[in-house]
Amino acid sequence: MTAAYPLPSNLSPTTVTNTASLLRIVALGLISAAAIASRLFAVINFESIIHEFDPWFNYRATRVLASKGFYEFWNWFDPTAWYPLGRVVGGTIYPGLMATSGVIYNFLHALNLPVDIRNICVLLAPGFSALTAWATYMFTKEMKDESAGLLAAAFIGIVPGYISRSVAGSYDNEAIAIFLLMFTFFTWIKALKQGSAFFGTIAAVFYFYMVAAWGGYVFITNMIPLHALVLLLMGRFTSRLYVAYSSWYAIGTLASMQVPFVGFQPVRTSEHMAALGVFGLLQIVAFGQLVRAHVSSKQFQNLLLAAVISAGVVGALGIVGLTYKGWIAPWTGRFYSLWDTGYAKKYIPIIASVSEHQPTAWPSFFMDLHFLIFLFPAGVVLCFRELRDEHLFVIIYGVMASYFAGVMVRLMLTLTPVVCVSAAVALSTLLDTYLDPTEPDAPAKENETATPTPSSNGTSAPVSAKKVKKNKEQEAAPPAGGALGDLVSGVASAAVAAKKGDKAAARGVFGLDTRFAVLLNAVGLLLFFVVHCTWVTSNAYSSPSVVLASQGPDGSQNLIDDFREAYYWLRQNTPETAVVMSWWDYGYQIAGMADRPTLVDNNTWNNTHIATVGKAMSSSEEVAYPILRKHDVDYVLIIFGGLIGYSGDDINKFLWMVRIAQGVWPDEIQEPDYFNQGQYRVDDEASPAMKNSLMYKMSYYRFSELFGGQQAVDRVRGQHVPMVGPTLDVLEEAFTSENWIVRIYQVKKEDVLGRDLKSANAFAQGKKRKRSKPVSRRKALV
Amino acid sequence: MAGPKSSKSSSSDTSAAISTLWKSYVSQTPDRLKFIDSFLVFIVLSGVVQFLYCVLVTNFPFNAFLAGFSSSVGQFVLTASLRSQVNPENRPEFKEVSPERAFADFALGSIVLHFFVFNFLG
Repeated sequence: MTAAYPLPSNLSPTTVTNTASLLRIVALGLISAAAIASRLFAVINFESIIHEFDPWFNYRATRVLASKGFYEFWNWFDPTAWYPLGRVVGGTIYPGLMATSGVIYNFLHALNLPVDIRNICVLLAPGFSALTAWATYMFTKEMKDESAGLLAAAFIGIVPGYISRSVAGSYDNEAIAIFLLMFTFFTWIKALKQGSAFFGTIAAVFYFYMVAAWGGYVFITNMIPLHALVLLLMGRFTSRLYVAYSSWYAIGTLASMQVPFVGFQPVRTSEHMAALGVFGLLQIVAFGQLVRAHVSSKQFQNLLLAAVISAGVVGALGIVGLTYKGWIAPWTGRFYSLWDTGYAKKYIPIIASVSEHQPTAWPSFFMDLHFLIFLFPAGVVLCFRELRDEHLFVIIYGVMASYFAGVMVRLMLTLTPVVCVSAAVALSTLLDTYLDPTEPDAPAKENETATPTPSSNGTSAPVSAKKVKKNKEQEAAPPAGGALGDLVSGVASAAVAAKKGDKAAARGVFGLDTRFAVLLNAVGLLLFFVVHCTWVTSNAYSSPSVVLASQGPDGSQNLIDDFREAYYWLRQNTPETAVVMSWWDYGYQIAGMADRPTLVDNNTWNNTHIATVGKAMSSSEEVAYPILRKHDVDYVLIIFGGLIGYSGDDINKFLWMVRIAQGVWPDEIQEPDYFNQGQYRVDDEASPAMKNSLMYKMSYYRFSELFGGQQAVDRVRGQHVPMVGPTLDVLEEAFTSENWIVRIYQVKKEDVLGRDLKSANAFAQGKKRKRSKPVSRRKALV
Repeated sequence: MAGPKSSKSSSSDTSAAISTLWKSYVSQTPDRLKFIDSFLVFIVLSGVVQFLYCVLVTNFPFNAFLAGFSSSVGQFVLTASLRSQVNPENRPEFKEVSPERAFADFALGSIVLHFFVFNFLG
């Protein structure tokens, strides 16, 4: 025999299998450890703290769950949010995340491990990322083999596209949702392969968990029916498809309606109708198959086809009719914005104003996925090569997710798993081809000799161990030639290579040098990938954004803790019922850290209420004051980055406030008023509406005094601010944090003497009123 | 659309074809499958009654209707799955599902389904 390198031939097959499975377990363990460890940058660089905005709400809700129990949490009415409306929290959230943390908390406490709920919340996402790696391994194993599974697990473990949503402290729904997504898909594939109602039921149960955890469950609701429909249209209907889909849909849909926030949507909204339609279609097709088994008349089958088509048409018309009559809600706005990227900006500014709803810029594909993004198409092509039912799933998933990831930044998250899976398939095919010791000039060799290579590379041993089984399966085809030919020339040559099986021997991998050249290249790519992932994770995705870091000229780290400083000031110095008004971004943080009622928060369900805040911020003091008083506002909190150059501040978000307010009061607020000849300025040239707006005044109040008579500079906008700053009559400054990031103003009560606040203020400052009649009358009297 | 009789009549107008179908069904189907089929017919009838009640009388406790109707639909598809899994003709398709395992799957699926049904009845 000819082999490129010698292999030990005295090993029994059981030893090989046992060693391979042991190595797999060790590798999976290491991958999990790496996945968890790389997410801990945030804890090490900063501290164990909840990040960003939404996680603060989840954390607050989890604290309620942990301290008061599940029923209290389920029925929780929060009077402090959306003052004065309040919010029925139990019915308006996806409770899966909090329930998971609550279960872990109670479990650990039952074991007498007094772990703080905050630490559970902070570390939940890294923990689940290890589970995601495992689920991806199982999923990819169904696509190719265990070695591809291990690669996929390693990829998903450290890929930045997933880390961006799952660093320690990023306690958000996505933290557990990606695991559930992958596991549901895995069980679906398994159910489809085996035709097992058991796996269908498991898929339904995990689907239920997913529905309870993340609004992105709609992705599954449409992916699985799409897959089933494509199989059906390709003439691949089998009883296994029927069993898998029916058991998943019947149980899963009923289960999803148990979540109060979802409610009757699965039978009422258009997003869910595709699944129902495919379900009905499958029933008809299955029944048709049953009839065909008993009647073999050709004419009868034609009739049957007509019946199926007419039933489908009637069903589709029925759904359209029901939508028309209003029984089924049409697509929601958020859904439209997926198809028409300009839709949200035109009709729902509140959706467009969220930065993660913007279309993705192309560099972020590389940033988030590195070399996986160009292995991804190769993997998809390899899927076309075999094109079993489960490969179709990866192809459809890849196409859909690529589109959605291009439309919305946050949907990069759903693209990441399929990229990892198909890149792993591609890379593992490459490794298989070049690690295979068979030389091409020999006829197909005996399989007993292909035993694992004692290699330093962790993945290569399972790879070649796997080879044994694979070779047995494909005994007919010459392994090296076939695999390589397909890899190089893709779909087109696949059929050709298979046909000229004897000629394929002439093509192939000769000698060790070619193998080393390719393998070293691949290993080099993998190493760069690891370096890139570590760098991106530590630099871009590990900032809590509650605490900011800046580096001094000598490289020392300087923490900017203005947010917490201000929130704790509120907590300590204001009555517990003091209502704080701020832009909605900071609502959850105020509720979570300062524990004060807020007017609006990140759960943007009430557009009018948000527009009210926008109007108050963007109109003059005289207009704003009644609004503030009517809503019992005691404090107004704004974020101002002009002093230290923090660009995510309220002046930069101000135009969104204007736009949202304009959507409700088009005749009072107009966006063009805030521009000076098309330019957005804050300096002397700023437009009058801008200069009079409450937001402008609050931001630059006393700002120029800081510069001691010099020209004041706004470091974010890079513009000179007027020497004479704005004056405030209805508000007074209550607190400004160290770096001026957070400024809090107290709303003055009505003047006790009944004057309007402007003249009262003027009197207090000792300014004389305009000389007018009363004075002259007094003179006349004397 | 379940029992061989019910929806057949709507799609075909030739009564001869139906009678052929019926005869071939009666003669070729094993008794076990006929037993399952009778259960399927019963489930369809119960589903139809519930649906008619919802349309004609009231859908007021909508969750209760949904629970009952999904119970019928779910039980129907689970039983139909069982039927296709134990059907000797489908043996090559279900290599990994023996009839015993098919029944265990069926039982588990039904338990999970009715757990949610009871939870949703309200």
